[in-house]
Amino acid sequence: MHDKNLREVAEHLDSRSISSEELTRLFLQRIDTHDAALNSMITVCAESAIQQAQVADKAIAEAGGTLSVNKPLLGVPIVHKDIFCTKGVKTSCGSRMLDNFVSPYDATVVEKLADAGTVMLGKANMDEFAMGSSNENSYFGAVGNPWDQNRVPGGSSGGSAAAVAARFCPAATGTDTGGSIRQPAAFCGLTGIKPTYGRISRYGMIAFASSLDQAGPMARSAEDCAIMLESMAGFDPRDSTSVDRPVENYRQQLVDAEQPNALQGLRIGLPEEYFAEGLDPAIATAVESAVKELEALGAVVKSVSLPNQHLCVPAYYVVAPAECSSNLSRFDGVRFGHRCESPVDLEDLYKRSRGEGFGREVKRRILIGTYALSAGYYDAYYLKAQKVRQLISDDFQQAFSEVDVIAGPATPTTAFEKNSKTDDPVSMYLNDLYTISANLAGLPSISLPCALADGLPVGLQLTANYFDESRLLKTAHSFQLQTDWHTQCPPDYV
Amino acid sequence: MASENSSPSSTGTSATANAQSGAWEVVIGLEIHAQLATSSKIFSAASTAFGAEPNTQACAVDLGLPGVLPVLNREAVRMAVCFALATDAEIGRRSVFARKNYFYPDLPKGYQISQMALPIVGRGKVEIVLEDGQKKSIGLTRAHLEEDAGKSLHDEFNDMTGIDLNRAGTPLLEIVSEPDLRSAAEAVAYARKIHALVRYIGICDGNMQEGSFRCDANVSLRRWGQQELGTRTEVKNVNSFRFLERAIEFEIERQADVLESGQAVIQETRLYDADRDETRSMRSKEEANDYRYFPDPDLLPVEIDDEYIESLRAGLPELPDARAQRYREDYALSDYDAGVLTSDRATADYFEAVVTDGRVSPKLANNWLAGEVFARLNRDNLELADSPVDASALAGLLIRIEDNTISGKIAKQLLDDMWAGKGSADDLIEAGGLRQITDTGALESMIDAVIEENPGQVAEYRAGKDKLLGFFVGKAMKASQGKANPAQLNELLRQKLKP
Amino acid sequence: MSLTPEEVEKIAHLARLGVDDAELAEYAGELSKVLGLVELMNAAETEGIEPMAHPGHASNRLRDDLVTESDKRELLQQAAPAVEKGLFLVPKVIE
Ligand SMILES: [Mg+2]
Ligand SMILES: [Zn+2]
Repeated sequence: MHDKNLREVAEHLDSRSISSEELTRLFLQRIDTHDAALNSMITVCAESAIQQAQVADKAIAEAGGTLSVNKPLLGVPIVHKDIFCTKGVKTSCGSRMLDNFVSPYDATVVEKLADAGTVMLGKANMDEFAMGSSNENSYFGAVGNPWDQNRVPGGSSGGSAAAVAARFCPAATGTDTGGSIRQPAAFCGLTGIKPTYGRISRYGMIAFASSLDQAGPMARSAEDCAIMLESMAGFDPRDSTSVDRPVENYRQQLVDAEQPNALQGLRIGLPEEYFAEGLDPAIATAVESAVKELEALGAVVKSVSLPNQHLCVPAYYVVAPAECSSNLSRFDGVRFGHRCESPVDLEDLYKRSRGEGFGREVKRRILIGTYALSAGYYDAYYLKAQKVRQLISDDFQQAFSEVDVIAGPATPTTAFEKNSKTDDPVSMYLNDLYTISANLAGLPSISLPCALADGLPVGLQLTANYFDESRLLKTAHSFQLQTDWHTQCPPDYV
Repeated sequence: MASENSSPSSTGTSATANAQSGAWEVVIGLEIHAQLATSSKIFSAASTAFGAEPNTQACAVDLGLPGVLPVLNREAVRMAVCFALATDAEIGRRSVFARKNYFYPDLPKGYQISQMALPIVGRGKVEIVLEDGQKKSIGLTRAHLEEDAGKSLHDEFNDMTGIDLNRAGTPLLEIVSEPDLRSAAEAVAYARKIHALVRYIGICDGNMQEGSFRCDANVSLRRWGQQELGTRTEVKNVNSFRFLERAIEFEIERQADVLESGQAVIQETRLYDADRDETRSMRSKEEANDYRYFPDPDLLPVEIDDEYIESLRAGLPELPDARAQRYREDYALSDYDAGVLTSDRATADYFEAVVTDGRVSPKLANNWLAGEVFARLNRDNLELADSPVDASALAGLLIRIEDNTISGKIAKQLLDDMWAGKGSADDLIEAGGLRQITDTGALESMIDAVIEENPGQVAEYRAGKDKLLGFFVGKAMKASQGKANPAQLNELLRQKLKP
Repeated sequence: MSLTPEEVEKIAHLARLGVDDAELAEYAGELSKVLGLVELMNAAETEGIEPMAHPGHASNRLRDDLVTESDKRELLQQAAPAVEKGLFLVPKVIE
């Protein structure tokens, strides 16, 4: 049963061939057995999960199934990235700063998924404050990649990715500021979507870079992502950047599109800049053959240009640190979070609490951001980056005047070895060169498995125009109906 | 407090005048923080009520808990636009919130949400009246929306400071003037003008003691004729108009002394100490601030369109300057009286309610409101809204003066009784038999008795000692128990005493 | 732009981050490399380009002026390191 995907699990719950409690205990058991090595979880909520499962079972019994109450996620066990505030449960954001923080409230995403009937198994490991691409920046230790324990699962939603890939749960939540859903999904053989900025509420999601952050689901298929996204998305009056626009029936749209030639007329653009120096040839080959598959389904492929693609990483490493330097000022040892021992005065309280509470990468980014905003440097760094951001966004709009979807690799390489990039921030940052642009522009973007290279998953990234999530999901779903990369299981977790 | 809010300025000018007449021209600009009278905070749904137990009105958003987000209060925007309309100011059609980053324990997020490059209110102006009756236009540089910080309590604990975040997130409109003010008196007149305006349009309660209206003064001196501004100091912590005047005057003297001794004024923030009546430097070590302002990524630009502006313009009350002009023209009141009556909306509304049906003359209404009623309000430390005698009750009393039922003297006693809740003017007149004696026969017989009882004085008067008339008036008035109509009594006495 | 340890110290102070001397030198090296990456932006022609602060062009939504939050002090102060008489405590601040 643990190898079933979200849709299948939901069907079993609906037909009552398994109870939520049985399922929950099964997944908890798997976490218990395997996670000591993998370290995908920061907090496991065994007791409350079983309680939630029992409540779900009661509701299922009363209603005679999950679908009769229109709750496709009723009784489905999931994992939340530890960046989402969960009432009464430790919410650490992967940091020593919040090691002792029990949130007094639920994030909107948590609330919505609870309303949809999910059971929360626990909180997933992550790079501290979502800053990282390898999950090696967690105060709670690095996470292993289920495909190869010596390799990273990607980051920052590395715990969520590892947990889903290791079959600890059929789906998990993630967040994506510069690729933090798509890159770990690619490294772990999952499907993960970062929706349009504003599609999912950011309320209760601990902010890294507010104008880039967006939550999304990580699961084993586009269809599973569609089911999750439907419950996560929606207008939230508590988030000023949340968009007041009805949520589409993503799942139903997929079913409607299940026909041969489903992609007839779809225009796919391949940016020439994506297939340049730095891209692992194995990945280039995998992406090219995946695109051929899409062509076979009726899509038309053409070359497009994103001329400022090479400026994405530079602009991102100004915008994101600038916002984070300010967002993380609230962690000052006064109202919550880590406080140093016996501060002698206010400055000592601030400096030691923050110096001790934050890890190296977080401090590095706070310093970069503080510098970029400081007097005399604002124009050269922050303002310049905002203008470059506009150029990058304009490039996409130009491309979308010619094509519906932009395809390319999600990452330049497959999952790399642990500790191979920790000494060189720049080489680590360059790992996100394909994912970052969607965050800068605010566009929806999905990563799905399209090959195995040397036994490691390869991710295909598809990006569409604003609020065109359903087109991404449909394209990915059509691909997954024809291929089985998304059903591959890491050998040790079968 | 009532005395601060409603009594006219009685500003002394000697110190300022001295500095003015010396080698230095005084240049002052004010930054006023007006707390907007919303029910909830600017970015959260917590209450803004004053005086609650510490931290009971600080919600998750106000505390800056991980994950929380700001959502802007519609009412704060409306109030800012109303202020712009009342000061003939430009309205920022697209205004942007920015973060002002600094660490302080009463600032929960480590930044204040404020406005920098694109404020909601741009250039405007107000008119003040100077001591000599001249009018002067004072420029407003801008006014922007921002959130207030919390409060640090230093005396509560021995070696710790306590932080109360109830005030954190309270909406403020920071109103910045041009450096157009040339004396402490002008600064006070300007501050009073803004104070009156914000209360008038109902966007701020103006309570200075509770911190709803706070003034910071930027003061500098320069040689007459010099173009560029001298080095300024910013004087903070002034919570009354009197203190504002004192603090500026102290600062002018201090800077003049510094400059005259050949030294340079240091740009710094200074705190006014009311107990010692002096300003002192706020920071021992002058730390360069670098606030790293940048657009708040949690908030989108606020857009304001013509339709919205026009709907607010239509709902704006008649403003004090226009109202004062109407009082001068329609009621023939002096500049001064019209100014006092219109200095706040409650006073003007009260006044108009007294004169509304034309039975009480504007002059009489003004004298009684600005004199007797204000004196009692000040004595009892009350606001006009809480006056035990409302406008219609006062009108009831003044009508009895107008129709000669009672004298002014009796009316004052009656006002005291009405103030104490003993009844309406008419009830008290009836019960006390206080109706003025206007019957000529009755008055004549009283006068005859007085003449009969004082033959000596009568002889002296008739011999030319005119001053004795007052003696007879007093006697006769006493005999009438104060109820004689004074004018009539005078006239009759004069006739009867004629040789 | 390459940063000196002294410059890093100034930035760290602005950000109220405690950093020891050995770390200052390391950060100086790392941050200089990152700035080197970032400065690739300088080649971009951005004359006349509007700076982009947010994706999309939405304007801000406003909330009605309603008080819907009630006193949750006890709950909200559970996470606080030091509280007395309902106040958050910090080392004495001298004004
Ligand atoms: Mg200011
Ligand atoms: Zn201010």
